[in-house]
Amino acid sequence: MTDATSSGGATPRHSSSLLTQDARTLKRNAAESRFRAYGLSAVVIAMLALVFLLGSILHNGSSAFRQTFITLDVYLDPAKLDKKGTGNAEEIRKVTTFGYAPLIAASFEKLFEEEGIGVEGISAKKAGDLISKEGAADLRRFVHEDTTRVGETVSFSFLASGRIDGFFKGRVTMESAERDSNVSPAQLMLAEQLKEAGHLKTSWNWGFLTMADASENRPEAAGLGVAILGSFYMMIVVLVLSLPIGVAASIYLEEFAPKNWITDIIEVNISNLAAVPSIVFGILGLAIFINFAGLPQSAPIVGGLVLTLMTLPTIIIATRASLKAVPPSIRDAALGVGASKMQAVFHHVLPLAAPGILTGTIIGLAQALGETAPLLLIGMVAFVREFPAAPPEGFFDPASALPVQVYNWTQRADPAFVERASGAIIVLLVFLLIMNAIAIVLRRRFERRW
Amino acid sequence: MSIKLTASALAIAAVAATSAAARDQIQIAGSSTVLPYATIVAEAFGENFDFPTPVVEGGGSGAGRKKMCEGVGENTIDIANSSSRIKQSDIDLCASNGVNEIMEVRIGYDGIVFASDINGPDFAFTPADWYNALAAKVVVDGKLVDNTYATWDQVNPDLPAQDIQAFIPGTKHGTREVFDVKVLEAGCEATGAFEMFKEANGGDKKAAEKACIALRTDGRSVDIDGDYTETLARLDANPQSIGVFGLSFYQNNTDKLAVATMDGVVPSTESIATGEYPVSRPLFFYVKTAHLGVIPGLQEYIDFFVSDEIAGPDGPLAEYGLVSDPELAKTQDMVANAVPMGALN
Repeated sequence: MTDATSSGGATPRHSSSLLTQDARTLKRNAAESRFRAYGLSAVVIAMLALVFLLGSILHNGSSAFRQTFITLDVYLDPAKLDKKGTGNAEEIRKVTTFGYAPLIAASFEKLFEEEGIGVEGISAKKAGDLISKEGAADLRRFVHEDTTRVGETVSFSFLASGRIDGFFKGRVTMESAERDSNVSPAQLMLAEQLKEAGHLKTSWNWGFLTMADASENRPEAAGLGVAILGSFYMMIVVLVLSLPIGVAASIYLEEFAPKNWITDIIEVNISNLAAVPSIVFGILGLAIFINFAGLPQSAPIVGGLVLTLMTLPTIIIATRASLKAVPPSIRDAALGVGASKMQAVFHHVLPLAAPGILTGTIIGLAQALGETAPLLLIGMVAFVREFPAAPPEGFFDPASALPVQVYNWTQRADPAFVERASGAIIVLLVFLLIMNAIAIVLRRRFERRW
Repeated sequence: MSIKLTASALAIAAVAATSAAARDQIQIAGSSTVLPYATIVAEAFGENFDFPTPVVEGGGSGAGRKKMCEGVGENTIDIANSSSRIKQSDIDLCASNGVNEIMEVRIGYDGIVFASDINGPDFAFTPADWYNALAAKVVVDGKLVDNTYATWDQVNPDLPAQDIQAFIPGTKHGTREVFDVKVLEAGCEATGAFEMFKEANGGDKKAAEKACIALRTDGRSVDIDGDYTETLARLDANPQSIGVFGLSFYQNNTDKLAVATMDGVVPSTESIATGEYPVSRPLFFYVKTAHLGVIPGLQEYIDFFVSDEIAGPDGPLAEYGLVSDPELAKTQDMVANAVPMGALN
């Protein structure tokens, strides 16, 4: 090298200045700036996709959290509910929801007379269609709680039907109502009058988070209650089973197991298991838990068991990585002062690895929460309206799950369910965000670096 | 500690499993066409009876029937919804698993409609138009040739000059079977292609029928394996196309879709009930009679399903798009007496 510089005094290399770049440098700099542009555009494309996705979900779904309610005074007419006039609770209980619908129509009729509200060509019965079919069920439930209230006039806040609700959210317009067989412009005009008279208002919709699923005839009454509870039960099952099993397996493999070909095979298979498509676990779950073990269909326990199988590899891999990250000096020091192998692991290594284990577990749970495919096969993609009981019996009751509810709603004919499905996606995303945020906080707070 | 935890969790699970063994809710699976009707009935049933709301699953007619035929017992389903009649193979499967008696309940009829974008021109079809537009081989000047029609007015001068582009249900759907038989085969016979296929195959009727439902593969006819919401999305993206829908789906989306007539008849619950509108099919559910009296509420549920206030012409099912069965009273009798179905004819 020294030769080259001393002998080649007249070479062009020396004549080059630091201020003017030669062709080679220019080329290298150009390559670098091109690469930067590629990288930047990749990031921009990813961000645009994310913004577009979130934007469309928020645009479609945010309205699911608001709901139109109509307040009416309903006369619980004994002539309709207690035809024999005996006041016998058993007799009153026999009246079906179909018997309650005329009460709503009657209270509209009264409203027309007393407050001068009304649109030409709208009968009280047609006006009754402004209210969700859930309304009659609400009335029946109220009377069933206390049959002595028949004969009173009670003020109720009813859900407005899906099309009316859509009108105040901008989904239904006068023009579309012209062509719509489920709603007429006259009904929309009546709804506007009701709003002016203060009987109709749009407010925050707790029901979306607490109510059960509803049939296609009443999208306005469909909620996520059963799905959230079902997902929650499944997560409990997954946590209770996969955390101890996963941690025990990884501690044994990492700290105690002899290093031979058997443990190598196990190790390779755990990594393989993490890459198995989730639908495979569903097939396994159907064969083992339902057909062989005889566990009930559509139950969170089966969903939880299937998701446990799916989450275990994630937890084992994360746990082993965090056990490995604890420096050997900690173990050596513990063993050096006379601790047994087990004491060294449980008193020193495990506490230091705990933040990493918890982070891995939470990320595994978040993955399991969003999983749909294995649930398709074990009967959880079902119409479930009954809330599961409190655990442990509730684990065996039929339930739905959040991602499954999204899937169900996207298949329904009524356009109001599109809004509900997007709303459910928002709820699911919020849960995932919270879980991931907890994982990040835990890692930041407690992680130790050596 | 962790082992104790696992052990106790498993113990709790085992105890609960034995306590929860008696199932108290009805379980139903099957056709996605019948699913909305079944959920409407299940919801009303849960509201009006002291029994829990039945759990209703989709999954398709064939899958539902197979599930029902898995055996007798609490971890098998009670009812299979089906948009086509049960097959002998299903009955055989049932028998081999100890399910000897099945009750067949016809709940009503479902229409299949052809709809286009609401802002486009109106269509008046005949089965022959559909056959000529979509079949692989059509009759031109008395000869069978490959289908080269590109616009609807080439098929039939009365139709608008719009590109042929159709979204039809995929082969796994029960709807496709009806489309094949009531539209393509009917059109095949009307255009005279059926006779020519039969001749070409040496008088073999089965082979001719198969040739009739062979579709062109140049992308003018697209199979939709998803549900009607996907067909609607495709139609939205491509307003020049025609989609095949269920009547109830169309009735929920009349603000976006314009329905076409078939043989001059507008599809409606009335025209299907009278049989004027040709493309319709019966809907069924099948009940495992061995579960009657075992699963609480099962008899009440099926009685309720076929009652006048639910399945009648003014009931919520008709409102949603089901064409109610004129012979409903007969079905009600049959259900009340739990008469199992006889051999298939």
